[in-house]
Amino acid sequence: MSAGLAFDVLLCLLIIGAAGLAVGGRQLFASIAFFVTYGILVGISWLRLGAIDVALAEVAIGAGLTGVLLMGAWAAIRRRNREARGEYGAEGNGSGASRDDEEDPVVPGGRKLAAAVVCGVLAGLLAAAILTLPGEASGLLPRVTERLGDSGVGNPVTAVLLNFRAYDTLMESIVLLMALIAVWTLTPRELWGGEPGLRQHARGDGVLATFGKLLPPLGVLVAMYLVWAGADRPGGAFQGGTVLAAVWLMVVMAGMARVPRQSSPALRLALVAGPAVFLGVGLAGAGFGVFLGLPVEFAKTLILAIELALTLSIAVTLALLVAGVPTARERP
Amino acid sequence: MTPPPGMGPAWLANAATLVFVLLGLFFFIAGTVGLLRFPDLHSRLHALTKADNLGLGLVVLGLAFQMEDAWSIAKLGLIWLLAVLAAATVAQLVARAALERLPEAGEPAAARSAPRNEDTAP
Repeated sequence: MSAGLAFDVLLCLLIIGAAGLAVGGRQLFASIAFFVTYGILVGISWLRLGAIDVALAEVAIGAGLTGVLLMGAWAAIRRRNREARGEYGAEGNGSGASRDDEEDPVVPGGRKLAAAVVCGVLAGLLAAAILTLPGEASGLLPRVTERLGDSGVGNPVTAVLLNFRAYDTLMESIVLLMALIAVWTLTPRELWGGEPGLRQHARGDGVLATFGKLLPPLGVLVAMYLVWAGADRPGGAFQGGTVLAAVWLMVVMAGMARVPRQSSPALRLALVAGPAVFLGVGLAGAGFGVFLGLPVEFAKTLILAIELALTLSIAVTLALLVAGVPTARERP
Repeated sequence: MTPPPGMGPAWLANAATLVFVLLGLFFFIAGTVGLLRFPDLHSRLHALTKADNLGLGLVVLGLAFQMEDAWSIAKLGLIWLLAVLAAATVAQLVARAALERLPEAGEPAAARSAPRNEDTAP
């Protein structure tokens, strides 16, 4: 067995193992930890398949951001359970870690079974679809390579995502916005328009504050590099946007900025900028004949404009997904 | 630190990579053993962050010998620097959170008055 094959087999076993522990684990927190591990391992498997763009997106969004969202949900459920038992604020009085298990939400067995059946059927369908794929066909790659010169970019993935099949990406950016709208609908009526819940007090000279001051310039640089490099190399709006969202959350957690209110016009403009610019370019294309069709001579400029607007919107949307809904009255 | 491509024999670079990466893996394993064997959270955290930072540094150093240009080496170095910074920060935060949550761990009472997340405060 060659070293490459041995690595791949080991990787597959680790992925299946991490997935099993994430699903079957007793403690919810451990399940989340294994879910993040699973995401990173899947990212490595995408790297092994040469799909660096997918690997970046999987690690940043699939493992990183989703992990943070799950962790936030876990903390919120525990807080609610504690409140329901009238123990709010008891933490730190020597109650210790022994109660951690009891605070975990209990999922009824029937619901678990239903989820297992649905996931099992979905996995079966996916497996069947993959097995029916022709073995040696190269798919659409030759056609993409042939017309890459017309796309305005050098990275075939970007050419497909933002030119040849821009339709899907447009829908994706709108789906992301819909997800945030869905989260926002959970806002209690009397708090609507307020400041989303993510608030943290960091000591002015503490490690978190220092880290929060050190990281943003570098983070913004990395995010912009990912977007810019996305034209010719792996990277792009989703990857760059996720880094930007993380940087902004860091700034908020370090106590250097506050989350804008839900009602802020600037915030809402940032949320819709990406889909709006995308749709606008698409409609302009429709005026010249093809919806989302990019003229060859302006393709690079238009793609870059769409990517920059998308990066902003994706970053703000993802960060607000983590921030959640307003939870209490405004601070004085 | 690395000879430009073409200046040294390839086997030397490969040997250097092998040595440094293996050394790095040793520290990763040592850190993991510490994580599993040490008695309390703070010693585990100590073992994990110290050994992993050194291990990652050695792996990065080993990989540097395989890079084609100085920019790639600089990027690798930056990755290590960011990982070290993040690990040090997170270790501090985890340690402090543990002190707040488990007062019996034997710390001066003053540490308990450290600022905390408003969401979890009374």
